[in-house]
Amino acid sequence: MRTDKAIKDTRVVVGMSGGVDSSVAAYMLKQQGYEVIGIFMKNWDDTDEFGVCTATEDYEDVISVCNQIGIPYYAVNFEQQYWDKVFTYFLDEYKAGRTPNPDVMCNKEIKFKAFLSHAMSLGADFLATGHYARIAETEDGVAMLRGVDDNKDQTYFLNQLTQEQLAKVMFPIGELEKSRVREIAEEAGLATAKKKDSTGICFIGERNFKEFLGNYLPAQPGDMKTMDGEKKGRHDGLMYYTIGQRHGLGIGGSGEPWFVIGKDLKTNTLLVGQGFHHDALYSDSLTAEQISFTGAEPLPAEFRCTAKFRYRQADTGVTVKMTGVRSAEVTFDSPVRAITPGQAVVFYDGDICLGGGTIDTVIKNGITLDYVG
Amino acid sequence: MKTSIYLDHAATSPIRPEAAAAYMEAMQAVPGNPSSVHQHGREARKRVDDARRILAGTIHADPAEIIFTSGGTEADNFAIIGTVGSRTHLGRHIITTAIEHHAVLTACAALEREGFEVTYVQPDESGRITAAQVAGALRDDTILVSVMFGNNEVGTVQPIGEIGSLLKEHQALFHTDAVQAYGMIPLDVRELDVDLLSVSSHKVNGPKGVGFLYEKKGIDLQPLLTGGSQERKRRAGTENVPAIIAFAEAARLAAEERLEKTVRYAEFEAAMTDIFRSEGIAFEPTVGEGIPKLAQICNFHFPGTDIESLLVNLDMNGVSVSSGSACTAGSLDPSHVLVAMFGEGSPRLRSSVRFSFGYGTTEEDIREAALRTADIVKRAITTNH
Repeated sequence: MRTDKAIKDTRVVVGMSGGVDSSVAAYMLKQQGYEVIGIFMKNWDDTDEFGVCTATEDYEDVISVCNQIGIPYYAVNFEQQYWDKVFTYFLDEYKAGRTPNPDVMCNKEIKFKAFLSHAMSLGADFLATGHYARIAETEDGVAMLRGVDDNKDQTYFLNQLTQEQLAKVMFPIGELEKSRVREIAEEAGLATAKKKDSTGICFIGERNFKEFLGNYLPAQPGDMKTMDGEKKGRHDGLMYYTIGQRHGLGIGGSGEPWFVIGKDLKTNTLLVGQGFHHDALYSDSLTAEQISFTGAEPLPAEFRCTAKFRYRQADTGVTVKMTGVRSAEVTFDSPVRAITPGQAVVFYDGDICLGGGTIDTVIKNGITLDYVG
Repeated sequence: MKTSIYLDHAATSPIRPEAAAAYMEAMQAVPGNPSSVHQHGREARKRVDDARRILAGTIHADPAEIIFTSGGTEADNFAIIGTVGSRTHLGRHIITTAIEHHAVLTACAALEREGFEVTYVQPDESGRITAAQVAGALRDDTILVSVMFGNNEVGTVQPIGEIGSLLKEHQALFHTDAVQAYGMIPLDVRELDVDLLSVSSHKVNGPKGVGFLYEKKGIDLQPLLTGGSQERKRRAGTENVPAIIAFAEAARLAAEERLEKTVRYAEFEAAMTDIFRSEGIAFEPTVGEGIPKLAQICNFHFPGTDIESLLVNLDMNGVSVSSGSACTAGSLDPSHVLVAMFGEGSPRLRSSVRFSFGYGTTEEDIREAALRTADIVKRAITTNH
């Protein structure tokens, strides 16, 4: 048992987004007899010129669902913290020519830090969210496991959570397949049962990514060249491209399609190459920063595990060698395509998510590939 | 579960039994449409006019100067948009304050988008504006001045009479949103020299969904709602007969109890601050001593606390209060009133709570609420530091 309290005396704050996953998380906890409180987090103000804001509509759904379940609901505003900790990081990474992962940062700094602390200030014993991940009790604490639904597993985004945070967290739907979550919502008649899943980065939503980013960072068009220096066209600004990307290059001609291989910030050049399996897209190791582990016990200075380098990718066998308190070198068992600086590298031991870090540099044959970051 | 204590009467107040009884009676006994020419119509018309007379009497107006609306928001909107609609030929400038209710502010913002100019007079740290500030903002092409009587978040009362006399010889109409002041402060529209005054029923223990705009004779606002010729063609739509009757009953009783309430609420406030003091928590009244203030509204700053956590904790402990600010997606935007009083960076924006007293509030409620608040504040300070 994670608490000595009886279930009915255990207060759980559920972070509710207005989506079906967190709705079902709250519903299940209430069914199990917990004292449940639903809280909507507002992190971003996208109010348009007509006063319409997606957060308002999402909060309306939270209200409907909470009333159906029979739990109190509140809202909390983290716009300032989100701007300072997540959005600023997001822009800085793009400025540095990297591809940031704001969801990882949001979980680390907002949902499981500012929001967790808010929940604790309300006397909560646990914070629950609608993430597809699981918490298992171990001899010395808790472990974070992949969600049962392979296709939905979100541990990739939760890799920065620490033992202290995980000890206070519940993931009620981690044991379920997404389809079952929808079924439960429908059986319970929840207002969000048929609501479309949100896509993309939360603060951008369905909007045009290019246009959004262009509002915050000046786009500098430049040349698109092959690794041999042959000019293939113009790009709209390096920040609009990520390693391994195929679409939006506009290079015609015969042969295999073209892909983004790298960026040269100094000359503002986008490096492109032909073929999905272009040799320059492959690497055999990387260095990572901001390494953080989920477990109660520290891991050895060198260990074997599997890793993901982007969301929903299949695992690759790796050797992790710590090179500092928070930095590591990760060597892959076989070359991996399109490793992207700024994205997370996340470690697994079977189902257990061990932690992860931010990809800093990409290496092949002992040489750092400067062109990818 | 702790007993629940309602100290949010400025948001809305419970309907009092006398008004509820009048409502029930009227719903059953007055089926007619006041505009109908038959017996049922005449009976309804008589009852509505009786109510109109009572309500007019509470502000020393003529019954023909009372236009029933759906509430305070409609009255405010009507006063502003109706004035503009009928006076564009006289100018395109409006004066209001930065601490008005959103019913006034958003109407003004809409007019700004249409090319009108709006001057927002800024209050001092006590939430007061002066007649001199209004005089300073006044122009030849000013067509409307709208200044709220008593503020809904902090309670500060404005020098409405002074502003009224200042505007006496000016073309600008003078509107005051008296939604919070009504029933608590004696209002005499002639003495105050106001042209337009908004009132809402549910703030004085009447039913929700009804209110009125006092429109001084001869002003002729352009209607918002058109259709039938109800309310002397100022506001079309069949009158909400039972609500109007119940509203009048609530307003009549509120006027009778005014003095006694003023004394009692001041005692409540003193009792709260006594408890805060004896419990040793840090607090400051948002409106300083000696500033004219509505007795039923007490806004306190609890340094070092976080409003979002405070309000939820108070609710979980059975105390219903508010931060007094409007909500975006249910969460708290910094109160525009506190921003205007203390500036964007003030810690008061994130740690001020409004307690508002009203019908049925007992001394025991106050004691209990103050004790629970003190407990929560103490806990918040220890967790935050």
